[in-house]
Amino acid sequence: MATKKFLYINRKAPHGSIYAQESLEVVLIAAAFEQDVSLAFVDDGVYQLMQNQDTAALGSKNFSPTYRALGDYEVNKIYVEQESLELRGLAKDDLMPLVYEDEDDDWAEKDSIHVVSSAELAEIIEQQDVILNF
Amino acid sequence: MSVLHIVNKSPYDRYSLDTCLRLARPDSAVLLIEDGIYAALKNAAASERVQQALENHQIYALEPDLQARGINPDNMIDGISLVDYDGFVKLTTDYDKSQSWL
Repeated sequence: MATKKFLYINRKAPHGSIYAQESLEVVLIAAAFEQDVSLAFVDDGVYQLMQNQDTAALGSKNFSPTYRALGDYEVNKIYVEQESLELRGLAKDDLMPLVYEDEDDDWAEKDSIHVVSSAELAEIIEQQDVILNF
Repeated sequence: MSVLHIVNKSPYDRYSLDTCLRLARPDSAVLLIEDGIYAALKNAAASERVQQALENHQIYALEPDLQARGINPDNMIDGISLVDYDGFVKLTTDYDKSQSWL
């Protein structure tokens, strides 16, 4: 099977609707098919990566720790739009650390999250074969 | 008595908060729940609007919704009061009416 470039664009906040959780499940399933997967977090989607999410008092599933598994599925191109962070008073430090082990570099642990400008993200969108929106 | 205005949508996704603040009388209160709590964050594009609203309104935020979204109370705009679910119920009885800006 030929490898295609897949980009998942996430634009919704995590717990007010089911989109974020569904997106994460689809990404993990697709990752099992060894495609070239990238994720983008734009608009309220950047809230999905906030640190220290705790849904215990809500009584709903806390799926946020699952993002940390993405690196093990070789999903390590995670783009967060700088402009979306700034508008919300957020910086990269507010996001959970997501890392992967680079097999081409003696399994060195590397950062999966790349904060990119709108212009850079536009370029990344341009390079994709398939784009899925959540 | 007065109205409890409830906002449950992010200020960056919908106009619910703006509409609420435009139509809320000065003695009424605002309760931020669900994705509405993102309006409580400091140093964001909506912070100034919320700060101004605090001059005329009591503003509350539902703590379990903040915790779920990873919002540290230290990063909240000063003057917003946290309530738990019991506090939510009490607010709905303290005010004559609740208006949910869905």
